[in-house]
Amino acid sequence: MSQPASASTDSSRGYLASSGKGPALFEWIFSTDHKRIGLLYLWCITTFFLMGVVLGLLIRLELIAPGPTIMNAQTYNAVFTLHGVIMIFLFIVPGIPAIFGNLFMPIQIGANDVAFPRLNLLSWWCYIIGALTAVTALFSGGGPPDTGWTFYVPFSTMTQSNVSMATVAVFILGFSSILTGINFVVTVHRLRTKGMTWRRLPLFVWALYATAWIQVLATPILGITVLLVFLERFVGVGLFDAAKGGDPVMYQHLFWIYSHPAVYIMILPGMGVISEVLPVFARKRVFGYWAIAMSGLAIAGAGSLVWGHHMFASGMSDMAVLVFSFLTFIVAIPSAIKVFNWVATLYKGSITLAPPMLFSLAFIILFSIGGLQGLLLGAAATDIHVHDTYFVVSHFHFVMFGGTGFGFFAALHYWFPKMFGRMYNATAATTAWVFMVSGFLVLYLSMAVVGLQGMPRRYYDYLPEFTNLNVSATVGSWILGAGLALMFANLLVGLFRGGPAPANPWKAATLEWTLSSPLPAENFEEEVEVTEGPYEFHEVKPS
Amino acid sequence: MNPQLINTTETVDFAFWYITIICLVMLGAITVAMIYFCIRYHRSRAPRPTSDAHGSLFLELTWTLTPTLIVMSMFWYGWSGYMGLRNVPEGAYEITAKARMWGWTFVYPSGKTASKMVVPVGKPVKVTIVAEDVLHGLFIPAFRVKKDAIPGRETQLWFSAREAGSYDLFCTEYCGLGHSSMISTVEAIPEEEFATWLTQKVEKASLPGQEVIEKYGCLGCHSVDGTKRTGPTFKGLWGREQAVKRGGQELNLMVDSDYLRRSILRSNAEIVKGYPAVMPVFEGRITEDELNHLMTYLEKLR
Repeated sequence: MSQPASASTDSSRGYLASSGKGPALFEWIFSTDHKRIGLLYLWCITTFFLMGVVLGLLIRLELIAPGPTIMNAQTYNAVFTLHGVIMIFLFIVPGIPAIFGNLFMPIQIGANDVAFPRLNLLSWWCYIIGALTAVTALFSGGGPPDTGWTFYVPFSTMTQSNVSMATVAVFILGFSSILTGINFVVTVHRLRTKGMTWRRLPLFVWALYATAWIQVLATPILGITVLLVFLERFVGVGLFDAAKGGDPVMYQHLFWIYSHPAVYIMILPGMGVISEVLPVFARKRVFGYWAIAMSGLAIAGAGSLVWGHHMFASGMSDMAVLVFSFLTFIVAIPSAIKVFNWVATLYKGSITLAPPMLFSLAFIILFSIGGLQGLLLGAAATDIHVHDTYFVVSHFHFVMFGGTGFGFFAALHYWFPKMFGRMYNATAATTAWVFMVSGFLVLYLSMAVVGLQGMPRRYYDYLPEFTNLNVSATVGSWILGAGLALMFANLLVGLFRGGPAPANPWKAATLEWTLSSPLPAENFEEEVEVTEGPYEFHEVKPS
Repeated sequence: MNPQLINTTETVDFAFWYITIICLVMLGAITVAMIYFCIRYHRSRAPRPTSDAHGSLFLELTWTLTPTLIVMSMFWYGWSGYMGLRNVPEGAYEITAKARMWGWTFVYPSGKTASKMVVPVGKPVKVTIVAEDVLHGLFIPAFRVKKDAIPGRETQLWFSAREAGSYDLFCTEYCGLGHSSMISTVEAIPEEEFATWLTQKVEKASLPGQEVIEKYGCLGCHSVDGTKRTGPTFKGLWGREQAVKRGGQELNLMVDSDYLRRSILRSNAEIVKGYPAVMPVFEGRITEDELNHLMTYLEKLR
């Protein structure tokens, strides 16, 4: 892969420039260009992320003291449900693939667009329609849903709140995810440029490829499951109703058959980002390319077989507990392999601690903490104690927020110059990172301990003995919130006032950095030919 | 298994510490290595990378097989601990726990019921859990035991309290508005005391209506001292004029025995203004006698 010449910033603002024909908005919302669709997702997903953050801060504020603090129980139940639904279905699941996958995956493999550009636009429209349906559910019917994001029956079939519309929203959002998955699988298979063999594929692409398969295979089950809840509410088919011979536990199986693989839909792209960033800032090849690429596929495969570990306390048979616990430990291994290879990549490198690197390093530690917490959840005996307590909430946020969330921020800081052709202030980004990591640890470690002490999750009120740790968790949430505010403010300032970004500020070797910043409207004027791997920086001094 | 030698707490804690200590060592190693590399190989000290390694089959195998062995041992201790939770010692004392929105009723073999789970110290207790409406979860952190309550099936757990005392008991499966107030305690008392307690009629000192209120967990949402909770307070309710919504229409009613019976048996028909429509329907669940006691009690609670 040839190093770019000192390509300068494209003054015409590349793909961001308006063609001047027709309303400017239409040029975006009806664009089939993968880069523009990626940016549409960026704005929508970030908006929902911020909504989710505000809801999360409100939950923490309510829990700063036992008893009612700032809201009543019904509002609280709706707030944590919305926090979950928004963060999961509108932020983490689509997040990295829909934004950075759309923007950079085709370019990284030397393609001019995804395989099905119009299907790609349809995915975005499904996302928007689904998101608007979810928002409508808040203000119509019996009020915002109050079931938690898991929609467990029979409560979800009995509650007066607007669960039906929320499930329709999830159904539509599922299609957005499936269509993106299909598009990415086909793109990776069919549109790789000359010389872009599987062994030269950037690891971000490998991660998206593994993710796409889970999206295609697992998401339809979620669609069917929420549809069944919908039917149960309106027709009373009785599939989950014990009084009619149905079984509420069957719902849990169906829900987790999707929702467990879904956590790998959420984490794999984050791992892909990290695998991309670490070698660039260590200035050497990624260590164990094949181990990282294949462990992603292994996670996708084995991760589809472990859903039952959410149900050890549900009265499922002991044989099922045995099998699911065993498989859960199996799926821990490929994640560990990735972590070891990332750390080994740093060995004998030449490391720069720029913001994307800092977020990636935080990812490794926070994800490792979350992953190791996961071992306590995978072991049958200890799971019984910590199941449905704040320990699970802590674990989930360590892997999803500390993992995928920080992967998202790493991606944002890594590709920002390429997306917008401008730079942000690195000192402000680093300061934000310090706040975020320290606030994060205070918040979620407090949750882990209070969970081990036995405080159940989804509690509006709690016993006085849990007060101290809840206070420290809330204080942590403020530090984290301040860090997030600073990070986004800094990026916004960079977006409007930042200095021009060079074409390749990080001296990376993947194809997107051979193009101008911001990206040109047409990716490649002529077909590129790739001659070496994605992490060949040619800087190693033979020792 | 001798219940005197082992109980659920120790079974689970052994697996917990085994896994936790190994995890902390691994986390420490990863963190230290990462931070050390970032300092040692920082660009200011290492202007150029000095390794060109693609990877190493030996290392890959090492850090695949070692974790595999470690997690398999964790799996095993987790599983054997779980078996300890599942194998109920013979001769365990049997109690049924009935879960409903939002309270617990514990039923003893003699037919005695209580809202707290009173158990004999040192004797294994087997709890059969049933759900009367939606999913609930019975969780006693001190004994490391938890099991969901599922409509249409019975689930079980067992534990044994080594020392006398009061232990928290929570609902852990989200069940709606009153989920976090669906808490109770396990009261472990010496065996002789327990035997006497079992034969005692429920303390006659209190009004029978008060028993009814406790039995059905009314206090989860209604206060008796005028405090506003999820539902209106019972204090001063009787004889008051009350604005309610009936099928979208708003009207004022006199709170009397007829109204109160309706609002308990078919709680979703008329909703008190300013409160959410969340009260469960009690028709078919509460007896006529209990209702009468309740009315007498509420009438006096001015």
